[in-house]
Amino acid sequence: MVMSFFTFWLMHATPGNFFDSLKLNPQISAATIASYEQMYHLKDPFIVQYGHWLLNVCRGEFGYSFYYNVPAAHIIVSRLWNTFLLSLASLLLTWGLAIPLGVWAALRHGRLADRVMNVLSFAAFSVPSFFLAILLLYTVRQWGILPLGGMHSAGYDDLSWFGKVIDVARHLVIPAVVLSLASIAGLQRLMRGNMLAQLRQQYIVAARAKGLTEGRIIYRHALRNAFNPMVTLLGYEFASLLSGAALVEIVCSWPGLGALMLTAVRSKDVYVVMAGMLMGGVLLLLGNLLADFLLLRVDPRIKGTRT
Amino acid sequence: MGHFHLTIEAFGRRKSAVVCFWVLIALYAAALFAPVLSAYRFDDEDRDYSYCPPTPVEFFDHGQLVWPFVYGRALTFDENHRRIFTVEKGKKYPLEIFSKGRLLTVGAPGRLYLLGADSRGRDLYSRLLYGARISLSIGLIGVLISFGIGLLVGGIAGYYGGFVDAALMRLCEMFMLVPGFYLMLALRSAVPEDFNSAQVYLTVVVILSFIGWASLARVIRGMALSLRERDYVAAAKLMGLSDAAIIARHILPHTVPYSLVAIMLTIPGYILGEAGLSVLGLGIQDPVPSWGNLLSEAMGIVRIQFAPWILMPGALIFMTVVCFNVVGDALRDALDPMLKNENVTIH
Repeated sequence: MVMSFFTFWLMHATPGNFFDSLKLNPQISAATIASYEQMYHLKDPFIVQYGHWLLNVCRGEFGYSFYYNVPAAHIIVSRLWNTFLLSLASLLLTWGLAIPLGVWAALRHGRLADRVMNVLSFAAFSVPSFFLAILLLYTVRQWGILPLGGMHSAGYDDLSWFGKVIDVARHLVIPAVVLSLASIAGLQRLMRGNMLAQLRQQYIVAARAKGLTEGRIIYRHALRNAFNPMVTLLGYEFASLLSGAALVEIVCSWPGLGALMLTAVRSKDVYVVMAGMLMGGVLLLLGNLLADFLLLRVDPRIKGTRT
Repeated sequence: MGHFHLTIEAFGRRKSAVVCFWVLIALYAAALFAPVLSAYRFDDEDRDYSYCPPTPVEFFDHGQLVWPFVYGRALTFDENHRRIFTVEKGKKYPLEIFSKGRLLTVGAPGRLYLLGADSRGRDLYSRLLYGARISLSIGLIGVLISFGIGLLVGGIAGYYGGFVDAALMRLCEMFMLVPGFYLMLALRSAVPEDFNSAQVYLTVVVILSFIGWASLARVIRGMALSLRERDYVAAAKLMGLSDAAIIARHILPHTVPYSLVAIMLTIPGYILGEAGLSVLGLGIQDPVPSWGNLLSEAMGIVRIQFAPWILMPGALIFMTVVCFNVVGDALRDALDPMLKNENVTIH
């Protein structure tokens, strides 16, 4: 909410609006522009404009995209789905790889495999996503095995249902891998640290003394406890994911929210920027909510108390 | 031995961190002395040498050791209008040391391209050096600004606690929740496109520190919360010191070592932020180079094939970020006595 006010103010503070470029177009009469300006209250002071916008949002209307000539909500929702798909893919990839790798490194603590993982994760953590994307795109171009950006192939509409899924998945590989790599490295290090901390606890010694099998100790006792703090990260993970996704989307020309925001900001498409920010915020809140619920499920100790 | 010496010693034990530390020093020194170290000014262009490959320095002529020189290059086009540079063995340009105030360069018609040329025939090596000034200083200045805000907000929130703390922390969380890149775009859109390079530079710094201060404030607030319970703070209060003086003199100084770690680990974010903005053409504008806008030439994937050296700025960004992370990580371990026990294995 505060964010929306702020964004609106920013967009307003910038010199010029979308109609300035229209005014230069001799085919559009001054009367048309005046009526447009009337319609969107562009002449009114900024607070009034914001009031109108807020009122409309409450009614479920997000305003109109001047650039694309369709309602802002319409275009945002289609892009939102693409971004969500990308984030989901990389989230699955991240958690699917980082947790096992972290546990694995912790169990081989101090040995060669752990050290190699350590170096690798440092490198992966530090590589700029856009640089990685460029490198991957170039490699893929040399090999010619995966499509080079975008979301659909040229003949997408003619494909069968299954073919469509495969096609999108093939386009998804590069952006998802780029997006995941840094978070895999970060999570892997955290998981390794948590796991090591748990393995030093007294209850592990007790479990060993009880004669439990090593597998049961590690996977049933240590892993469960090491995993809990990770769940809270899920919410923050979502924020960085969304933010990181924007850059990767643009470099890989994935038609997501980030790429949309860039064009909207450049063409001063106020309502699209507003709706985009709002959607991003909502997505984040949902992510945090999800993380809270998950934590409640995984860790029975915090039942009832607010986290 | 004091705590400081112990920390330095612990840090020195991590060989990789020491190496990274010196690499960083070297990078910053290179940026500082860019006008001397570079072969040309950053906007010195020669369009006849568009994407000229690196010109190696030759030490031997007909099997004999001579004063180092570079061969001339001749540009021709093949049937597909692709540029082909051929080495002209006839033309030799000896290296000149400290001519026109530059460490290494060659005489006028010849060009020295240690790392190849960009689309306008500008020397990438020189542009990387000048770009380092921007890319590396943005990290430092940005972090100093946001660190200043972070100290202030974190110190106040941590010291007073209660309602002030809650309100300030909600504010921080708000900034942390917003996806940074979207905020960056929105902020950038608020700035006119036709700024000159100094103004753009300032804008980028302000944008980045505007996004980054919240996480630093949280770190400092956490420390201030525990520090305010110390006896010496109570003593200072009894002596009638004002709150501002207590925060400035007795709370914030104690957060310095850990803040240093936080700073080390946040600088890469600023460098990456500038690079991200510039790669998209929203940051530093050509002809002024930054590592980000130098890399934006590599966005045209096809170009990489015939001019792979345009990937160089990306490699440098990567290297710098790795070094900062390694140094920051080692510094944290060196400061944290808890982690000294990590060598005790449980197998």
